[in-house]
Amino acid sequence: MEQAPPDPERQLQPAPLEPLGSPDAGLGAAVGKEAEGAGEESSGVDTVFVVVVVLFTFVQMTHNNFWLKKIEISVSEAEKRTGRNAMNMQETYTAYLIETRSVEHTDGQSVLTDSLWRRYSEFELLRSYLLVYYPHIVVPPLPEKRAEFVWHKLSADNMDPDFVERRRIGLENFLLRIASHPILCRDKIFYLFLTQEGNWKETVNETGFQLKADSRLKALNATFRVKNPDKRFTDLKHYSDELQSVISHLLRVRARVADRLYGVYKVHGNYGRVFSEWSAIEKEMGDGLQSAGHHMDVYASSIDDILEDEEHYADQLKEYLFYAEALRAVCRKHELMQYDLEMAAQDLASKKQQCEELVTGTVRTFSLKGMTTKLFGQETPEQREARIKVLEEQINEGEQQLKSKNLEGREFVKNAWADIERFKEQKNRDLKEALISYAVMQISMCKKGIQVWTNAKECFSKM
Amino acid sequence: MAGGPPKALPSTGPHSLRDMPHPLAGSSSEEAVGGDSTPSPDLLMARSFGDKSTRVEFDLPEYSVRRRYQDFDWLRSKLEESQPTHLIPPLPEKFVVKGVVDRFSEEFVETRRKALDKFLKRITDHPVLSFNEHFNIFLTAKDLNAYKKQGIALLTRMGESVKHVTGGYKLRTRPLEFAAIGDYLDTFALKLGTIDRIAQRIIKEEIEYLVELREYGPVYSTWSALEGELAEPLEGVSACIGNCSTALEELTDDMTEDFLPVLREYILYSDSMKSVLKKRDQVQAEYEAKLEAVALRKEDRPKVPADVEKCQDRMECFNADLKADMERWQNNKRQDFRQLLMGMADKNIQYYEKCLMAWESIIPLLQEKQEAK
Repeated sequence: MEQAPPDPERQLQPAPLEPLGSPDAGLGAAVGKEAEGAGEESSGVDTVFVVVVVLFTFVQMTHNNFWLKKIEISVSEAEKRTGRNAMNMQETYTAYLIETRSVEHTDGQSVLTDSLWRRYSEFELLRSYLLVYYPHIVVPPLPEKRAEFVWHKLSADNMDPDFVERRRIGLENFLLRIASHPILCRDKIFYLFLTQEGNWKETVNETGFQLKADSRLKALNATFRVKNPDKRFTDLKHYSDELQSVISHLLRVRARVADRLYGVYKVHGNYGRVFSEWSAIEKEMGDGLQSAGHHMDVYASSIDDILEDEEHYADQLKEYLFYAEALRAVCRKHELMQYDLEMAAQDLASKKQQCEELVTGTVRTFSLKGMTTKLFGQETPEQREARIKVLEEQINEGEQQLKSKNLEGREFVKNAWADIERFKEQKNRDLKEALISYAVMQISMCKKGIQVWTNAKECFSKM
Repeated sequence: MAGGPPKALPSTGPHSLRDMPHPLAGSSSEEAVGGDSTPSPDLLMARSFGDKSTRVEFDLPEYSVRRRYQDFDWLRSKLEESQPTHLIPPLPEKFVVKGVVDRFSEEFVETRRKALDKFLKRITDHPVLSFNEHFNIFLTAKDLNAYKKQGIALLTRMGESVKHVTGGYKLRTRPLEFAAIGDYLDTFALKLGTIDRIAQRIIKEEIEYLVELREYGPVYSTWSALEGELAEPLEGVSACIGNCSTALEELTDDMTEDFLPVLREYILYSDSMKSVLKKRDQVQAEYEAKLEAVALRKEDRPKVPADVEKCQDRMECFNADLKADMERWQNNKRQDFRQLLMGMADKNIQYYEKCLMAWESIIPLLQEKQEAK
């Protein structure tokens, strides 16, 4: 069980409750429930979604203080709003209602403790913050900002109700992933995200996380120049590149498959019409034809639900597509730290050499001082002593720094790798489940197909 | 050889035919392409029949002959000529319109064979056509070409007289029942045409779906190569999709080979039936015209002249034949379509059953807990 270095500013306040269950109970049972005060569908300007689900609980434990707060988080509604943006222009956006409940473990009753509205950009801010403060963690990704991998019937419009609905589920999933992470769940900013509506943005910005972020340029530079990164991270980076590529490909082809399948089913609807027309001129054949035509209509319309279910599968794949980027971020951080370390070591070595040369009087390396000495004459022994002293101080400092960088680097590798292992287990579990549910969907589709055609066959037999 | 055809089929009619088990069982089976003679632009396919007959007109109980499509075409023309009051079954299309189809491919040959087989069976089942001279010769003659060259026109009385009916007689009123048949055939052909187009469209969409599936499955394999614990499940899904693709291909092939040709055949059938209806109209028109002419000539009254009587005779026979044939045709049509559509449903059921089996079989694989590697 890992711990982040204790930071009173960022940790959540412990609450006195008795321990419950195991540390990684994280994902518990799912119970569907109506949120209190859920609005009905309202006509008019705002589009309000009626609640879907309360999903689950998380358990927090640390080694020392067993404190436990069992809460449930749900993103229960989505609402269209208009407001003014930074440039004082009117804009439309969707706001999401986040409800947090604490659950009494004795009777399972939950009490709504917090409820606030957030928009997508605030989720993005939260994630950016987490990326900076937890570089060794594979930070859960957000659902896509814009609809991609759409097949033709699916809307690419961000305001489309189906897209908003799927995004609502994705955002809820994002929060639940954080809540079930042993380290991230303790973050104060995360806590405030769930509980403090006003001023949260300012609070985040006050942490100054943007300044602490590594510059992209620095990271890129490190990636190219690092000499001895941990091989596991290099391999992981390759893996995440390939994973991203293969899942993208898969999602693209799947969208095309969905499109074609839609076409096949829908054309069968035409049989319904023509059988009906034909039955009008027939005597004994009429009834059979007519009822068979009805089944063809049923067949044609069944595809809508089938493909809607499949979108859920696509969303599960998309989450891991985006996770690939999170993996790469951790690898980049390692490369940056390693590069930093290598540079510090190099710098220290050169200073030591300079010092040695001054002490022994041999000049092997070029130095500006050496050059000027040659031009303007030798320096005095006092001057040389002074310089040696400075260098010795610098070397000392450098050695301390190198030591701490080394330690930091090793800590990072240890913690990061532990989280990566945790992530791998999660990924294998989740994707297996996704594949199983996909197979189940296919089975259901086949069974429906058999049913419809069997019914049609019976009608034909009565012709 | 028998003389003129049995007229209204009273004694040697359908009843006696039905009593005999397979009185004339003609069937065409496939044969390889004849390789010895130089290939002509025409289709060089030979067919051989086994004919088992228990009918008196045939000398031997069994015959086996080779025939080309040309010969069937000849037979059909001869039947139309000699039995103009009857509905002659259609042949599969003579010319292959779509340039893509290979005339020598197994599928094409098999499709054609089935259609030609059907053609013969329909004639066999027909109480009048099955006695036709030309049909007899077609089934038995060793050298059909020699017979064709003789130009022996065994025209029946009926055939001769109908042949001489020229156009130019205008029909006053078409009897309701024949008008109804005409209307029915019009709508029928229309609806079949629509069904044909829909079926073709479905096949096209299914083929495009198949193309995508063939790209989709392998991506899971590619992914599987990257993974450890997920490798087997992903590979399993890939194989599963492959199986579904194969099943889909079988479905589209079946529909193309078995379903579409039968539809087209019936469209051709109704076309040829419409021309028989027209001829009937002509015969009636001639009779009415002659009758009117007689009515105007006062001296022959009240006796009706012989040739007008003949016309009336002709017309009434035609009407009777046509009615009987229509009834028979309606029955057969009902059987044929029942079978055709049930077949279509069956093929789709089989397709889904194959896919179901594939997906059900990988569930245990997906759920399997793997040993730590």
